[in-house]
Amino acid sequence: MKLINQHTKKIMEGCKERAKDVGLQFDNESLEYVVTNSDMLELSPKVMIPTMYDYWVNDIEVFKSKEEYKLYPHNPFETVINSRPAISFYNDNNPDWLNVMIFYHVLAHIDFFQNNQLFAHTWNDDFVGRALADKRQIAALRGKYGRWVDYTIEFARCIDNLVAYFPTLNKDKKPNVGNDMLSFYFNIFLQRELKYSEHQIFKEIERYNDAIESNSNVGEVVFLNEIIQKHPEFETRFKEHQNREVQEPSDLMEFIRDQSPFLNRSENKWMKIVLDIIRNTSLYFSPQIRTKIINEGWASYWHDKLFMMDDRIKGNEVAYAKINASVTSIRRIGLNPYAIGLRLVQEVEDLANKGKLSYEFQKLQGIDARDSFNNDTNKGQEAIFTLRKHFSDFTLINAFTSQEFVDKHDLMVIGKRFNQERNTQEYYVKSKKAGEYKNMLVDSLYHPPHITVNTEKTDDDNLHLVHTFENKQLYQPYIQNTMMSIGKLWGGNIHLETSDIRRVNHDHGSELQEIRVLITWDGSKLDKKTL
Amino acid sequence: MKRKYEEILHELIKEGVDSIEIAKIQWEMELDCEHTIEKLDKYNNKLGLYEYFDFNFLQNTKPNIPNPKMDIQTLNDLIERDKQREEDGLPRRIRLGKIVKTGPKGSSQVVIVPTTVETKFYHDNSITEDDEQQMGGAGGEAEGDVIGEQKADQEGQGDGAGPGQGGGENHDLSSDAYHLGKILTEKFELPDLKDKGSKKSLSKYKYDLTDVNKGFGQILDKKQTLKNIVKSNIVLGNITPGEEIDATKIIITPDDKYYKILSKERDYETEATVFFVRDYSGSMQGAPTEAVLTQHLFIYSWLVYQYDYRVTTKFILHDTEAKEVDDFDTYYKSTVAGGTQIFPAFELVNQIIENEQLALKSNVYVFYGSDGDDWNDKENKLTKELRKLAQYANRIGLFVTRNSYGGTTSQTTLEKSIESSNLLIELRDKIKMDVIDANDISEKQIIETIKKLLVQ
Repeated sequence: MKLINQHTKKIMEGCKERAKDVGLQFDNESLEYVVTNSDMLELSPKVMIPTMYDYWVNDIEVFKSKEEYKLYPHNPFETVINSRPAISFYNDNNPDWLNVMIFYHVLAHIDFFQNNQLFAHTWNDDFVGRALADKRQIAALRGKYGRWVDYTIEFARCIDNLVAYFPTLNKDKKPNVGNDMLSFYFNIFLQRELKYSEHQIFKEIERYNDAIESNSNVGEVVFLNEIIQKHPEFETRFKEHQNREVQEPSDLMEFIRDQSPFLNRSENKWMKIVLDIIRNTSLYFSPQIRTKIINEGWASYWHDKLFMMDDRIKGNEVAYAKINASVTSIRRIGLNPYAIGLRLVQEVEDLANKGKLSYEFQKLQGIDARDSFNNDTNKGQEAIFTLRKHFSDFTLINAFTSQEFVDKHDLMVIGKRFNQERNTQEYYVKSKKAGEYKNMLVDSLYHPPHITVNTEKTDDDNLHLVHTFENKQLYQPYIQNTMMSIGKLWGGNIHLETSDIRRVNHDHGSELQEIRVLITWDGSKLDKKTL
Repeated sequence: MKRKYEEILHELIKEGVDSIEIAKIQWEMELDCEHTIEKLDKYNNKLGLYEYFDFNFLQNTKPNIPNPKMDIQTLNDLIERDKQREEDGLPRRIRLGKIVKTGPKGSSQVVIVPTTVETKFYHDNSITEDDEQQMGGAGGEAEGDVIGEQKADQEGQGDGAGPGQGGGENHDLSSDAYHLGKILTEKFELPDLKDKGSKKSLSKYKYDLTDVNKGFGQILDKKQTLKNIVKSNIVLGNITPGEEIDATKIIITPDDKYYKILSKERDYETEATVFFVRDYSGSMQGAPTEAVLTQHLFIYSWLVYQYDYRVTTKFILHDTEAKEVDDFDTYYKSTVAGGTQIFPAFELVNQIIENEQLALKSNVYVFYGSDGDDWNDKENKLTKELRKLAQYANRIGLFVTRNSYGGTTSQTTLEKSIESSNLLIELRDKIKMDVIDANDISEKQIIETIKKLLVQ
């Protein structure tokens, strides 16, 4: 891999200036590499992170299907990676004007990585550097424990999509309830431990206010002393609570890391390092897969806008238009994230420009009135920057896939059915309703199952997992191997409460029914019981 | 075709088959459609949401995936590693014998690659209230309008591995198969045939213009000679690379002349003929087909290795009728449809053996794979054909993959009729049968079934 030449770097720096002028924000430093085919051969199994740890599965053909994205929290081939400095990759034979377009696209991605709140946990760290440390760590472990390192990676990767990504994001933003003694006393101790009524709690608050009023210097200490005298267990409870807050495992991987009797044996403690590496890697990629549409939409919006404003490459508009159209045209069949994302960003800009992001507009009923509504507020730019800061694919789709939007772009849900007479598979217009289009979009988003640990039913020999049913059953053929892997990490039986969907026939046809089941892995075979 | 099924069904009802049988037959009739090899069309090229990425769309670069055709050394390493896994108490991970489609725009190549899967818990989107797939799109049509169609059995599943996929140019399997056969024999401990049957053939020799010789010979190889002249003259300094050649300066020595010369070549004669027969009716869809094809690919590879390439293969597909197809590619990729009657397949095999007098010339092996479903065969035509075939064949292997429709625990029609005919005991040296649950297949199990079918 070599850096792009000085001429191209100069173009990039020019792009940066112009992008900053319109309000994009990103670090000044960035690295651009030219990649050859053989570079790609090495980079693509490592999801474009050159320093990613080695794992044998990456070296062979992994059975891939359309469903693959459900398994991995990352997009396979990024042009730009979210590192510090941001690294991007280019063909060495791109003409200058095309590089300008790609640079703007890349800069918008970098702006998105560095400003969207879903990436907040990646801001203080350079993943390329951390991955290198992890890679060395794993290599060192391999030297000591041989193939068992690869087995541990394998088992850990079986559950790396179940990481608590959103709680991790939340951690720093949680209000500090119960972090100091007073707050713990009023918010938790009185309510949960002593089960005081509202009236009694108000009385306590009044007592506290009186104490402060009568002696502002030591009032609080006096008040707390009284509590401790009255409830001798208070201090212990508070300490317990603090410990719990710090240690509470937030997901299955952490739970296994902290509680597994197998991993807690002194000879197996090294496996925890591997688990942490796999978990952190997964957390790092998590925001990327959840912002595919909005990120591509944002980048497409800016590459178009900035390219057309750029005075350096006049005369290439036709060639540019051709490529731009192939990237951002809405597909006849299928979902193009560039196209949908761009249209949604433009939609929000348009809504805000006309003042339609207001209650005044929302309460309007008539189609004509809604169409012609225009307050000329010109808040479009502001609105899309808010979008870039706070929205994910789901929130973007959920908030802005309106009937107006669907109609404007002739969007539809296409169904596929069998036509017996003609012996063909037919593609037909199933719906043009915004609600159904939205559901179809949401359904195609990455969404790993929510699986938690039931700590009450869990002991050294049994790990009890609960899958929250969201109208979809788990993919059956993968259950056994996944449970075996968890079993290896726990060193005991694994129980999974989940739901099967069965078709039940009745007089007027058939319907789907949820049946709650308990699947148990006892170390050698699976057993399924209806609950 | 449909008419014919209806006639058969009508006859069966007259004979008084039970209602479960009729339900099964009707279900298969619903699946009926023309047998064809899938072709890619524009609807098959639709991409999923997460298959769009900047490299492809902005820079028009398709990132390379590791070349699936591995050199045999690496494959050996992988299998060695897999064996180690077993000793460590873990299931094997490497799967062999997948056929993948590579190359641009629909052209395909058949290769044997090691594959694996990484399993995780994830939501299964395939179950929906109306059993219809849905996707996004755009256009001016009204709700309910049909906007496109494709032949029912040309369902493409994109790049991937598995039966009924891929299409296009054929590819010679035998060199891949030989290596796979070697691995299967050595690593998976498939039997090494000591006695390769009675029909040993001696190698014949023929003469062909295949060798090259410097200085003299039958035919001048002009291209090679010219290259040599240029080479020598560069050394002599008469030609400077990059500059125009002055022909008057060029010197030609006798040693530069290359000739093709007549040479003795070994001509192999077939020692074994293998019939691969499979059911490709509607009920075979999915897992059963996958299991049967993987097994047949392994057996084929094993035989190619055992007989040192001297194997001829015949491929027969059947639903209610049987037909011979030209090559493994077609055999592998033909997709499923229609109803099931087994006996016509064996009828056809017998016919071919008789017409071509194969039994006299070579060792005959017949391997049959099905989900065990057979529309009522009151006259026992199947067992008659099998008895006849047993006279010719060294081994008949019947492989049943019970699928979920018929229930995986109860005996299938085929199993019942084979058992009641007592063939497995009467002709125990010739006919073997093995049964497997189609929904729970692993490479190891398939190897086990092959061992059972091949046991001496």
